[in-house]
Amino acid sequence: MSVIVEAFGLVFQPNVLLVILGSACFGMFVGAIPGLTATMATALLVPITFFMDPVPAIGAIVTATAMAIFAGDIPGALLRMPGTPASAAYVEDAYRMTRSGRSEESLGAALVFSAIGGIFGTIVLVTASPALAEVALKFSSFEYFWLVVLGLSCAVFVSPGSVTRGIISLLIGLFAATIGIDNPAGEPRYTFGNVELLAGVQFIPAMIGLFAVSEVLRSVVSRSERPPVPPSSGDGIFRSQWTNLKRYPVQVLRGSVLGTAIGALPGAGADIAAWISYAVSKRFSKQPQKFGTGHVEGLVEAGASNNGAVSGAWIPALVFGIPGDSITAIVIGVLYIKGLNPGPTIFINDPQLIYAVFIVFFLANIIMLPLGWVAIKSAGTILAVPERVLMPIILMFCIVGSFAINNSIFGVILMLIFGVLGFLMDENDIPIAPAILGLVLGPMLEQNFITSMIKADGSFLAFFERPIAAGLGLFTIAIWCLPLIAMMIARRKRTAPGPNAPD
Amino acid sequence: MYKRTLMSIAAALIGTTLFGMSAASAQSYPDRPIQMIVPWGAGGGTDAVGRVFASLLQEELGVPVNVVNRTGGSGVVGHSALANAAPDGYTIGVMTIEIDMMHWQGLTELTHEDFDILAMVNADPGGLMVSADSEYESLDTLLEAIKAEPKGTFKSSGTGQGGIWHLGLAGWLLSEGLEPDHVTWVPSQGAAPGITDMVAGGVDIVPSSLAEGRSMIDAGRVRPLATMSGERQEAFPDVPTLNEATGSDWTLAVWRTLVGPDGMPDDVKATLTAAIEKAYNSEEYQTFMNDRGFGMRWASGEEATEIVAADDASLGEVMTKAGLAK
Repeated sequence: MSVIVEAFGLVFQPNVLLVILGSACFGMFVGAIPGLTATMATALLVPITFFMDPVPAIGAIVTATAMAIFAGDIPGALLRMPGTPASAAYVEDAYRMTRSGRSEESLGAALVFSAIGGIFGTIVLVTASPALAEVALKFSSFEYFWLVVLGLSCAVFVSPGSVTRGIISLLIGLFAATIGIDNPAGEPRYTFGNVELLAGVQFIPAMIGLFAVSEVLRSVVSRSERPPVPPSSGDGIFRSQWTNLKRYPVQVLRGSVLGTAIGALPGAGADIAAWISYAVSKRFSKQPQKFGTGHVEGLVEAGASNNGAVSGAWIPALVFGIPGDSITAIVIGVLYIKGLNPGPTIFINDPQLIYAVFIVFFLANIIMLPLGWVAIKSAGTILAVPERVLMPIILMFCIVGSFAINNSIFGVILMLIFGVLGFLMDENDIPIAPAILGLVLGPMLEQNFITSMIKADGSFLAFFERPIAAGLGLFTIAIWCLPLIAMMIARRKRTAPGPNAPD
Repeated sequence: MYKRTLMSIAAALIGTTLFGMSAASAQSYPDRPIQMIVPWGAGGGTDAVGRVFASLLQEELGVPVNVVNRTGGSGVVGHSALANAAPDGYTIGVMTIEIDMMHWQGLTELTHEDFDILAMVNADPGGLMVSADSEYESLDTLLEAIKAEPKGTFKSSGTGQGGIWHLGLAGWLLSEGLEPDHVTWVPSQGAAPGITDMVAGGVDIVPSSLAEGRSMIDAGRVRPLATMSGERQEAFPDVPTLNEATGSDWTLAVWRTLVGPDGMPDDVKATLTAAIEKAYNSEEYQTFMNDRGFGMRWASGEEATEIVAADDASLGEVMTKAGLAK
C-alpha cells in the first residue's frame, strides 16, 4: 500500500504535472496535423526526456502518444485524411457524419470511446500483465501469419463497395510493400539501382499521399467549392455519447477487449486491432448495411479498440522488453536509459516507479477528455475556412511531414506519386483504405509466411499444427467461406419453394 | 532570364558557403550546429549511442549536435547519406559493422574507405543462446546434437538473411568443421523478434549478442551458452567463451564507430576525436553503457581503422564461403 502512496507522491508534483500537461498539448497538436504521427511525437520527445527524471520522462511519452492517437481521428473526420493507419478503418463513417452536420458527435464518440478503450487497456496492463505476456510469448510466425491474413481479409470485406474493388486496392498496397530490400531474402526488389528505394515505400509518406494529397488534388480539379457543411447541431460533444454508450455497451466492451489483446501481441498493433474490430462490429451488427455511410457503431467499437491496443502494447514491453509497436520500441530505449530495465523484475525492483507510470496512464486518458473537447471545438472552425485557403496549408503540412520522416526529399516524391495514385483510385471508386493496410501489413505477411515455410521445411500443414495457429487458420478460412455459404443458402431458399410450391 | 537569375543565386549561395567554410576553418571549428546521422531507427541501440554522444559532444564543443535518423535498406541509405556529405566536420555519424558487409552483398560500392574513422566507441560480442525450455544445457551437447542430426534439423534466427548474426552463426559452424548452412537460417527483423520466436518454439538457436537477450535471460526464459569473444564478458561472467566451450577459435563482435565523410581536415578531426574521447570517458557514457549491458571498446583513428579493415576481410571470407557474397 505504501508503494502506491509513494507512486502518487511521485506523480502529483507540480513539475511532473506540468510536463504531462505540456506533452498532452504537444501530442494533441502533432496528432491533429495530417502528416505528423504519434511515432514522430515520441521520437521528438526522446532527446528531451534525457534531461528528466524517470517518471516525467515516461509520463511525457505515455501522454503524448495517447493524445496523438486520438487526435489522428480529427483530420480523418473533418477532411477524410486519417492521421494514423488505425484511424483509416472508420474514416469513411466519421467523414460522412461530418458532411451531414454531425462532426461533433463523431469526434465526441472518437474521444470518449478512445478514453474508455485506453482506460480498459490500462486496467488490464496493471492487473494482468505477467499472465497476458505469457500468452503473447506463445505466438510465433505461424500464428502471426494467420493474424495478418485475418486483418487483411477484414479490410477487404468491410470496405464499402464491392469485394472485388477492395481486393484491387489491397493488391496495390501489397505490391508497394514488395519494393526494397527489407524482405526475408534480403534481395533488392524493384529498386532500379536507386539507394533511396532500397528502404522501400515508407508508409507515412504513402498514407499522406493516398489520403491527403489526393483530397487536395480533388479539390483543385473539381473547382467548385464543396457544399458548405451544415453547422453541427448544438447537441454537444459529450451528450450524445451517453446514448451511444447505452445503445452499444457490448460493442464498447468487445472493442476494448479485442484491442488490448491484439495490442499485447508483439507482432500486431493498433492497425490490425482497429480493422478487425470494425469488421467484427459490422458482422454482428443489426444494421450492417449502414456501415460506411456515417454510422457511429463501428466508430465506437474500433475507436475503443485502437486505444486499447496502445495500452496493450506496453504489456510485452514492460514484462519482457519486447516492443509491441513502433512507439514502445522507442520507449524501451528510454526505459533503459532511465535505469528501469524492462523484465519481470521491474515490478519487484522499482514498484513505485512502475505504479507511477500506471497512474500517468490513467491521468493521460482522463485529461484527454477536456483537452480533446478544446481540440474538437477549435478544429471545427477549419470547416469554415474556404478550401482555396485550407488546401495549400494542408499541402504544406503534408510536405513537411513527408520530409521529416527521413529528412529526405525522397519522402516528398513518394507522397506526390501516391497522391496521384490515390486520386485515380478514388475517381474509379476503388477504396483507398485497404491499400494502406496492405502496405503496412505486406512485409509482415511475407516475413511470417516465408519464415514459417523455412521452419517447416516447406510443409503447408505446419500452419495448422500448433493449436493457436490452427484455431486462427480455421477461423480465417471460415470467414472466407461464409459469404459463399450465405450465397448458397440464399439460392436454395429462392429455388427451393419452386418445385415444392403448392401449385 | 529566369534561368540566369537562378544560376546567379546558386553561385552566390555556393560562394557564401565556401567563404563561410574557409572562414570557419581559419577561425575556430565548430561555429555552427553539427548534424549526426544515425543509419538505424530511433529507439534502437545505435540510436541510443548516437544520442548519448550527441548530447555529450554538444557540451564539449559548445554547438548543438542534432541527431538525424536515416533508416532503411539494411543501413545502406544512412551510410550513403553520411559518405556523400561535405567533409567539413559539420556532418558526422555512427557507422556500424554492416559497412563491412553491404558491399560484399553487391548492395552498394561504399566501403569503410569512404569514411574518416574518428573512434570506435562500443563493441558487443556475439553469443549463442537457446530457449530455457531447451534440452541443451551446454554448448558441447548442442554441438554434438547438431553434428549428429542431418543438415537443416536445427533452425536459427536473429537478423535478416546475410545479416551480421547470420554470419556469426555461419562463421562458428565453419570453425567447427561443418557446412555454413548446416543449421538453417530463418530471417527475422532483428534480434528481439528472433529471441521471441525462439521462446515461442519457432527456432532453436539465436546467435545475437547477449546484451540483446539480456531482459529475457534475466527473466529466466533464455539460456546463454557461449560468447563469441576472446575473454568472458563482464556483464555475463558465468557464460564461457566459444574457445572454452568447444575449442573453436571463431570470434565476432559488432562495433559502433563515430565517423565523418572521407577527407575531413586534420584540425577538425583532431578537435572531434579529442571531444569524443572525453565523452567516452565521461561518467554519463560509462553508466549508460553498463546499464544497457553494452560492451565498452575504445580505439581511435588508425587503430579503429585497422579493426574495421580486418573485419571487412574476415566477413568477406565467411560470406563467400556461405554463398552470400555477390
